[in-house]
Parts: sequence; C-alpha cells; structure tokens
Amino acid sequence: MWEQQVAFWVIAVAMAGAAIGVVRANNVVHAALFLIVVFAGSAAQYILLLAEFVAWVQVLIYIGAIIVLFLFGVMLTRAPMREERGKLDNSQRLASAVVALFLFGVLAVFLIDAFGGTELRFRDSMVEVGSAASVGDSIFRQFVIPFEVVSMLLLAALVGAVALARRD
Amino acid sequence: MPINYFLILSAFLFCAGAYGVLARRNSVLVLMSVELMLNAVNINLIAFSAQAQDVAGQVFALFVITIAAAEVGIGLAIVLLIYRNLRSPDLDRVEQLKG
Amino acid sequence: MLDNVWIIPLIPAVSYLLILFFGKRMPKKGAEIGIAALGAAFVLACITAMQWIDKVEAAVSKEGGAATGLAALGRSVVAAATGAPEVEPVVRGVTWWENGPAKFEIGARVDGLVVMMLVVVTLISLLVHVYSTAYMHEDRRFTHYYAALSLFSASMLFMVISANLLQLMVGWELVGLCSFMLIGHWWEEKPNSNAALKAFLTTRTGDVGLMTGIIIVFFAAGSFDISVVNEYALSPEVNHGLMMWASVALMFGIMGKSGQFFLHTWLPDAMAGPTPVSALIHAATMVVAGVFLGARVYPVFWEGFSIGGGGLNMMAVVGGVTIIVGAALAFVQNDIKKVLAYSTVSQLGYMVMALGVGAWLGAVFHLFTHAFFKACLFLGAGSISHSATHHSFDMREMGGLRKPMPVTFWTFIVGTVALAGIFPFAGFWSKDEILATADQGDFRIFLVVGLIGAAMTAAYMTRCVYLTFFGQYRGHHHPHESTPAITVPLVILAVLSVVAGLLQSAPFEIKKFQEWFEQVGGLPKEMIIPEFDYGLAAISVSLATIVVGIAAFFVFRREEHGALKGLTQRNRVAHAGYRFLERKYYLDDLYEGVIVAGVKGPIARGSNWVNQYVIDGVVNAVGRGSARAGRWAYDVFDQEVVDGAVNDIGRETALAGGGMSKLQSGRLQRYALFLLASVGLIALAVYIVNVA
Repeated sequence: MWEQQVAFWVIAVAMAGAAIGVVRANNVVHAALFLIVVFAGSAAQYILLLAEFVAWVQVLIYIGAIIVLFLFGVMLTRAPMREERGKLDNSQRLASAVVALFLFGVLAVFLIDAFGGTELRFRDSMVEVGSAASVGDSIFRQFVIPFEVVSMLLLAALVGAVALARRD
Repeated sequence: MPINYFLILSAFLFCAGAYGVLARRNSVLVLMSVELMLNAVNINLIAFSAQAQDVAGQVFALFVITIAAAEVGIGLAIVLLIYRNLRSPDLDRVEQLKG
Repeated sequence: MLDNVWIIPLIPAVSYLLILFFGKRMPKKGAEIGIAALGAAFVLACITAMQWIDKVEAAVSKEGGAATGLAALGRSVVAAATGAPEVEPVVRGVTWWENGPAKFEIGARVDGLVVMMLVVVTLISLLVHVYSTAYMHEDRRFTHYYAALSLFSASMLFMVISANLLQLMVGWELVGLCSFMLIGHWWEEKPNSNAALKAFLTTRTGDVGLMTGIIIVFFAAGSFDISVVNEYALSPEVNHGLMMWASVALMFGIMGKSGQFFLHTWLPDAMAGPTPVSALIHAATMVVAGVFLGARVYPVFWEGFSIGGGGLNMMAVVGGVTIIVGAALAFVQNDIKKVLAYSTVSQLGYMVMALGVGAWLGAVFHLFTHAFFKACLFLGAGSISHSATHHSFDMREMGGLRKPMPVTFWTFIVGTVALAGIFPFAGFWSKDEILATADQGDFRIFLVVGLIGAAMTAAYMTRCVYLTFFGQYRGHHHPHESTPAITVPLVILAVLSVVAGLLQSAPFEIKKFQEWFEQVGGLPKEMIIPEFDYGLAAISVSLATIVVGIAAFFVFRREEHGALKGLTQRNRVAHAGYRFLERKYYLDDLYEGVIVAGVKGPIARGSNWVNQYVIDGVVNAVGRGSARAGRWAYDVFDQEVVDGAVNDIGRETALAGGGMSKLQSGRLQRYALFLLASVGLIALAVYIVNVA
C-alpha cells in the first residue's frame, strides 16, 4: 500500500505547488503551463483511484483542448508576456487570500469531521468499474438523457461562442 | 488509504482557484482559476466513486469535463468581447453594474 | 383497443399540427380536419368502451348471479363487495426518463372511469367541432380556433388516460393552457384577454396545491403510479397524516380547476370566449378535470379526509358551500351565459360534495349526465345569440323566442329540466344518487344543502327560461331558427339528456353505469352504494317542481304587476342582499382590490383605498351610524397610525439603502468575494449549531 501513498504525496505536492503557481504567476503563459501540471497531476490521481477512462479523457480534453484554447485567448487579448509584478492582480488580493484560507479551513474541518475514519479499499473488481466499457455502458444506459442534454449544451455553446466572438 | 487525502487535496485546489477568481485582474487568468475549481470537483467525484465502487461518479466527472469545455469556449468568447470593447482584458474595468 | 388507447389522444394532437400547418389551405379552413379527427377519436373511444364493457360483462357472468342476490341487502354494500368481481384496469407504459435509480413512466390506463370520460369528451368535443362550423363562420382566426380546439381535446384525453400523476399533471396544465388560448380567442378586446389571464392565473394558484399534493403523495407512496398510490392509500400501513396534507393540497388544485368556492371567480369571466368553447370547458374538458382528479385518486381523499367516518370534511364543505354560492349568484345575472356559468359552479359543487360524502359513483355519474345537459344549454344559448340577438347574451334583449326558434326552445327546455333534476331526466338520477348517499352515509347536513341547491337550481333556471323564451321579444333583430350545424348537435345532446340517466335507474333494476364504470381497480371497500329511496326522490322532485311553479308564478306576476321588480328597490334588506350577490360577494373586489393592488401599488395608498371602499360598503349595507364610526376610524386610525407607520418605514428603508449602496461597487470580483465569504460563514454557523 505504501507505494500508492508515496505516489499520492509526490503528485499532490506537485499539484499544490502548481496550483499556487497558476494563481500567483506574473506571466500569463507561465500560469497556463502551471495549469498543465495541475491537470496532468489530476489525471495521475485518477489512475491511482482506478478511474482509467476518465484519466485519459482528462488528458485529452483538458490538456489537449482547453489549454490550447487558453493559449489562443492569451494571444488574442495580447496579454503581457513580460513579468511585471502585481500587474495581473487587482486591489483586493489580501482580502481574497483571507477568504480563500478561511474557506479552506472550513472545508478541511468539515472533511476531517465527516470522513475522518473512512479508508479507501481497492479491489481488483474496481479496475473493471473504471474501464471504458463500464463507463460507456452506464452513460448509454442509465444516463442517456443527461448525455443528450449535454450534447445539446455543447451545440448551444458552440453557436453562442461564434455569435459572441464574430465581428459585425 | 484515507479518502481524506483526496478530499483535502481537492479542497486545496478549490480554494486556490477561488483565490485566483477573486484576486486576478486579467480575465484569462480568472477563467483558468475557474477551471482549477472545476478540476477540484472532479477529484472529489472520482474519489467518492472509488469509495462507493459505483461508476456513477465517474460519469458525472465526464459530464463536468464536457461542461468545462463548453464553459471555456463561451468564457473566452466573452473575454474577447471585453477586450474588443475596453481595449484591455482587465476585469476591474468592467464596472457598469455599479449601483 | 384496450391496449392501444394512447391512439385516441394522438389523433386530435396530430390534427392540431395538421390544422396549424395546412389548415388555411384547406377548402373549409381546417374545420374538416378537426371534425374528422374527433370523429375518428369518438369511434375509437366507443370501441374501447364496448371492449371494456365486454370484459366486465364476461367477468360478471363468470361469477354467476352473486351480484343480484347481495344487492338486495341494502346499505353498506359496495360493488367490490357485492360479488361483482374486480376487473383489473389495463395499464401499459414505457419508461421515458431514467436517471440513476429514478424511473419515470408514461403510460395509458384503461378502466371504467377512463372509458366513460373518453366517450364523453370525444362526443362533446365532436359536437362542438360541428357546431362551431356555423357559429364561428367567418371568424377572424377560424383556423387557429380549430387548431386550439383540437389541442384542447387532445390534452384532456391525454390527461384522462394517464397512468401516473406526473403525466396527469402535464395533461392538466395543457388543458389550462388551451383554455387560456380559447377564452382569449378574441383578444383584441381587453376584457377578453383579461378574462383569459384571470382563468389562467386563478387555476395556476390552485395548481401550486396540485403540485404539492402530488409531491407529498409521491413521498408517501413512493411512486407516481395511480394504481400504486391508490393501493397504498387503502393499505393498512398508510400514513394518515401525510394523506391528509396531500388531500388538502390536491383539494386546492380541484378548487382552482373545478371552480370551487373561493377560486370560482374565473369561471364566469371565462364566458368571454366563444360559446362553443364555453360548452366544451363546462361540459367535458376543463372544469371536470378537477372532479376527475378527485375520482382518480379517490382513496387518497378517502383516507386523508376520513370520509368513511361521516361528519364534516373539507371536500364536502367546499362542495356544499359552492352549491349554494353558485346557485345564489345565478339569480342576479342578466347575461344568459353567466347564469349557466354559475349554474356550472353550483353543479360542480354537487360533484365535489358527492366525492366528499363518499358518493364516488354519484359524483362520476353526475359528471356524466351534467356533461350532456350543460353542453346542450350552452350550445342553446349560443344558438340564440347567433341567430336572434346578434351576438349578445343579455337576457333583457331576448324574450319571446319560443315561436321563432322551436328547436332551440325545446332542447333548452329539456336541458333545463334535466338540470333541475325532474324525473325521469338525466339530472334526476345522478342528483338522487348523490343525495341518497349523503342521506345513508351520515351526511344529513349535506343532504339538506343538496336539496336547497336543487330548489335554487330549479328557480334560477325558470327565471332564465322565462326571460329568454317567453313574453315579448325585446331585441332589435329578426330572430330565426339556426342552421342544422347548430340544431343537430342540440337535438343529439337533448336526447342524451333524457336517456343518459337511465343507465343507472334503480327502480327499473338498471345499474349498468355502476357495473360498467365503477371498475377502476381500487376503491374503498367500505364505500356506500345507496339504495334507491322513493321518499327522498319524491321530496326532491316535488321540491323542484314546486319551486319551478312558484318562480314561474312570480316572474309572470312581475310581468303583470311589477311586484317583484320593485322589491329590491323598496326593501332595504332585499336591496342589500341583491347588491351583495350582484357584486359576487365582493370576492373579485377582494382579489383585485386587495391582493393585486396591494402587491402592485404603494401599500399606504392601497390600504387607504381599500378602507374607503370597505367603508362605503358598510354605509350602503348598515346605515349612517356605522358610517360615522367608520369615518372616525379612518381619520384616527388610518391617517395617524397606518400612514404614520408606513411613512416611517419608508424613511428607514431609504436610509438603510443609502448605506448599502456603497457595497454596490459594480465589480464582479468584489461581489464574488462577499459571496464566498458569506458561504463560508454560513457553513461554519450551520456546523456550529449542529455540533453544539
């Protein structure tokens, strides 16, 4: 079991550091690169949790598509590439940090209170649960209507994005 | 392995994202922080899915990923619009809601 | 057909689309599509009914003659217990929504109640379709009218066959929407669109109750399925408290839809729609939906209101009050359609009261017979306005129409007599069924209410018939008989008004209605099927006849001496009563004045206005002394106390608002900061409260 724990801690520390990097970086492109580390770390955590299919989707969609979109966004808004301390933050930085820390404290207290003793037990059968076959089966059997709704939503987002971004 | 490891990691990412949403001026960075928060939610979902040994949590994580993609698409379109109208991607210049 | 009953609502639904898209290009502007569709639906409904009846008869004959032997035992004998075997309803459904463990079905259910409703709805709707070809001839939106009419029938049929409560609610709301469309058909005139809105909003008020009730039932029984719900309500492990709250909530839905007192005010206003629509709404589709709901999940009400135990319950009281209220209001109307509208209110009161006193069969039977004679009366009124008074419904412009319009006259008379409940017309049998149950089930007070209501019905209908058909013609047109498209439906309905009641006529040993249609798979076993009571029947008939006589005497006398005419002017009490009725108990003033204006306008002005208004009412009713007291109260209490308080509150609010406006920086991230901080604080507070 200890290998898993070690893997978790290594990945988790990297993710936490990268997350702070995303919100503290003084360069927009660096922030995007830090975000890649967070996303990749999440995918690794999913593998640890035996959710293989979701992990690959995470890599494909988040790292493959969303990060590229962000880089396009950076390019199109001509965000400053050079490091200029403080330019990217607004005036309520301190208050935000207090609120975020407070929220984290509240959440941590709740979580420890609620799930303090709960252990995750991994079994061989769980590999089956996380496989593409099982997830696909569930989507197209139990959750087919939400699935269709999401496809409508994507279509609407597509049309909406085009309608918003076009120049006329 | 305690489930709390994953949950607290998720809570940390969520709060880091929240800080970013609150404190960043550049709108692209705000969107990135929102993605961070959504990602944190996914870790939660997968962890609970593993605990319950039920695939439903993973299906929901997939839905969240899909919706995040849609959200980024629309969000960036709005950012572009802001940039085009205000000649700046900074959110604190968007204050027409002032009462 | 029993398995494929879903086709019946599908036909008019398809017809709706066809009329909408192709109607204008058809030679008859879409009317032919609607008539053909409803004709087909009617035929299919009849086939369904035949097959159901065959099924029931087969089950009965297999069981042998047990039924006849037990029926002689008298009271507290129920169909299910008479030895007539229970015929299982035919239910078919598919799952249309499955999300995780939750499953929702859509399905068709065929049982006695359903086949009865199918036949009634399709028949009345078909006749209304035919009638409208003449009545709505050359209308502004003829095609749209037919489209809406088809959709109206489709939604009602959809509601009737629904196998679960969720589906029933969808049909219910569709019916409400269509009635809104049709009541406001001539929306160019402001009162019409107002009436449509009022109908929609008032019934929506009740729908909140319906939704609440369905949710409570779902959590109690664990299912929306009607069979499951009914079975649960009758099972020993039922949660009585939950069923009571569910019944109260559902009762609000019924009150809104079926025009029960105090949500009845939309019904007379709904007369703004075309007359055939009024006939459809009042006879077959809209308003009977409420009664249908009551009959559909009757075990819930039976358990919730403890109907088996006798005494008073909300359902019976609401119904009883509505009978009297509606009948009294029908007296003072000059508009013939309004007389009929209030008469519907009163008759719906009978049905609801019947459900409340345990007369399930009586309620359903009255729904059945009422559909025919009320449709007949409404279409008759439409015929008069179409051919005699040039689209006016004012009875002061009618009179003497007996000679020029013989078909309308005779059919109207048949409808009236049936409504008044005179032997052997349809209304007599159904009303008697209700009254006998009330008598034998320890609901004596409602027996009295029912008898008074019957007498009042006879009286106001006499007045209506007299003003319309007798005396001198007071209009300015040339009355003539209507075309066959109008008179044929009238004659059909009149014939049915005579014979429909004979389906359940105890003295002739005919109990077909009960045998065929009481089989709904799950009614309370303790329900009373009353014995025919000759004495009671004699009392109710003679009462109605005597009242008809007296009323006729008075209106004739009034014609000669003007005795009654002056009564309300000369006698103070009579005048006050007349005004009270004429203002419809001030309920509309209450709704519009207090509720709408109170919400809409500044509260200070609103309360001031209402106070003056109420004071004026007091002046009229009681006299000068109380007026002085009112004036004093107004000066001291209103001006000083109320206005002062209102002004103070306003000042405080302005101050606080000034302070708060600093928070409105217009910066989204500032708002988000407050939001997240508050979320954290609230979560912490909840946590502390729960742990401590």
